[in-house]
Amino acid sequence: MAWTKNVLRVNLETGSCTTEPLNMTWAHDYLGQRGLATKYLVSEIDPKVEPLSPKNKLIFVTGPLTGTMAATGGRYSVVTKGPLTGAIACSNSGGYFGAELKFAGWDMVIFEGTSPKPVYLLITDGKAELVDASHLWGRTVWETEEAIKKQHQDPQIRVAAIGRAGENGVLYAAIVNDLHRAAGRSGVGAVMGSKNLKAVAVRGTRTDAYQVADPDAFFTAVDAGKKVLAGNGVTGQGLPTYGTQVLMNVINELGALPTRNHRDVQFEGAMAIGGEAMHEKRPTDGKANLVTNGACFGCTIACGRISRMDPGHFSVKDKPQYHGASGGVEYEAAWALGAANGVSDLEALTYANFLCNEDGFDPISFGATVGAAMELYDLGILTKEIVGFEIPFGSTEGMVKLAELTAKGEGFGREIGQGSKRLCAKYGKPELSMTVKGQEFPAYDGRGLQGMGLAYATSNRGACHLRGYMVSPEVLGIPVKMEPQATEGKPAMLKAFQDLTAVVDSSGLCLFTTFAWGLQDIQPQLQAACEGDWSEERLLLIGERIWNMEREFNLAAGLTGKDDNLPPRLLKEAAQTGPQKGAVSKLDVMLPEYYRVRGWTSEGVPTDETRVRLGG
Amino acid sequence: MKISLKLFASLAVHLPAEVRSRHRLELDVAPGATVLDVIQDQGIPAAQCAIVLVDGVWVAQADRATRELAEGEILAIWPPVAGG
Repeated sequence: MAWTKNVLRVNLETGSCTTEPLNMTWAHDYLGQRGLATKYLVSEIDPKVEPLSPKNKLIFVTGPLTGTMAATGGRYSVVTKGPLTGAIACSNSGGYFGAELKFAGWDMVIFEGTSPKPVYLLITDGKAELVDASHLWGRTVWETEEAIKKQHQDPQIRVAAIGRAGENGVLYAAIVNDLHRAAGRSGVGAVMGSKNLKAVAVRGTRTDAYQVADPDAFFTAVDAGKKVLAGNGVTGQGLPTYGTQVLMNVINELGALPTRNHRDVQFEGAMAIGGEAMHEKRPTDGKANLVTNGACFGCTIACGRISRMDPGHFSVKDKPQYHGASGGVEYEAAWALGAANGVSDLEALTYANFLCNEDGFDPISFGATVGAAMELYDLGILTKEIVGFEIPFGSTEGMVKLAELTAKGEGFGREIGQGSKRLCAKYGKPELSMTVKGQEFPAYDGRGLQGMGLAYATSNRGACHLRGYMVSPEVLGIPVKMEPQATEGKPAMLKAFQDLTAVVDSSGLCLFTTFAWGLQDIQPQLQAACEGDWSEERLLLIGERIWNMEREFNLAAGLTGKDDNLPPRLLKEAAQTGPQKGAVSKLDVMLPEYYRVRGWTSEGVPTDETRVRLGG
Repeated sequence: MKISLKLFASLAVHLPAEVRSRHRLELDVAPGATVLDVIQDQGIPAAQCAIVLVDGVWVAQADRATRELAEGEILAIWPPVAGG
């Protein structure tokens, strides 16, 4: 069995750590990771619970392929009710933490209640204990990881921690593991902070905790899968060399790069902040921003960016702690910290990204919120007196200062830390918040890519590119090419993407494998690892079941079909330049069809027939 | 007839060194030149041309031999890439 079949339940109120057997019926119905933890969560909490209250729960979870030889088999997720959206929150991360948790013998850790004082959880194989973290409270992710390793004299401990953002209630605070991999979105770090839980530290050395069901078949399937990844132009060459950042110029040329809070759809500074620019030698010190690429556990793609800043850059000139190599900007971060604000200084984006990693906050929601603040400033609603300094669009200094203040929870950074929905509402311009269900858009404009607009509107965790990546067919031609402005066939294609993504997110694998892999490549690996029937048909049913379970939770939490919407700017203000000039989102055309293919009513509620069909 | 050629990611090596960092080359091509003509004339490996856009609009592989370029158009090409 690829599951350890062990769940660790931690009651932060009482300090107890107890072991219970994994519900294997649920494992068969929901696979693992995203699906399985969500099943636990929705079965254990009131959907209307206040996300930052002790009654919310926080689950760290692995998948059956986490910690195996499967390529990219190192993923874990954090599942909770999200404070940014009030909807289900599920954030996925790589690095080495997930595999280590599995090596220690755990599929899942469920945190309940709130600790009376700051603590961290220390797991050493089968032993788990809460340790006083008073001395770590107020410290960054990076300081926390170093301190825990030093305290226990073990450099091989893996740490997932919150920084000051999570402590200070930044609603998009992240949980960062291995220094720069993050369960980044939806504010899972804020929930962790509300529980006075500073970190989870794991050391796993067991070799008997789990084992794939059919080792011979597993090796064969894994080997075949790795060959496909290596031979594919995207996963074998494009991603390792340029990372996700290569998309910056693609999306800009297509006229779908949201710029200055979605006022524009093309950014004149795109070339300066894209993947190619990271390879260019800087005129200042003759060195490139990009040092090398990096891989997570078991990954044969290695898309990660490792960057080193120009030590003479104004943002770090007197801060040697940022002069070393660290996690560089990925596409979404570079877009949010750059194009969304009109900032085209790659070094400044890298610095802000370092701060997001160091203090644990989502660069997408942060950058997009800064974009909204800059528009409010442009309109004269926010002023220098309110903010403390000037923040016109394109202000590198303004963006950098806001990143520093948000990390520390000081000054106007406290307002930026609440996200653009609350910021824009407070200043009387709710329509300027570029969000769905309260979560900020990532780096594709829903007017330029119609399918992505629908994906944002219907994503269960608020605006997100990782729940149904319609960029693949609309831009990259994977698996088939669909015209960006077409609407026909998009609802059905999106449903297929959403269901397949739910399967991948529940397996322990990285979603990026699907640029090369289809379900026919993933299925043999799961089939060999897990006993039972894991046919493609059944896996897709599981994916659909997971999607509907998340939907039902959101409906019970108080969301309705009316929340499957986009800001008026995307529905009414046409794109002004480029090949998508004149376009607005045709959400009204696509949404009814999407509900129909989902087997939902015209109000967006799963029909009784759909509920019976999906079971679980 | 003047057009612009933009080459990104690993295809940039097919641009003259002096314009490589700008990723853009201004070209004079014969009237009626197709997308495929430019790809071949510039020595760009056709099999590496995964994303081909003219003024931001996708040109499918099957259309590259027949899609004629017009004065002032921008031909932009990428190898297989993706992100997220």
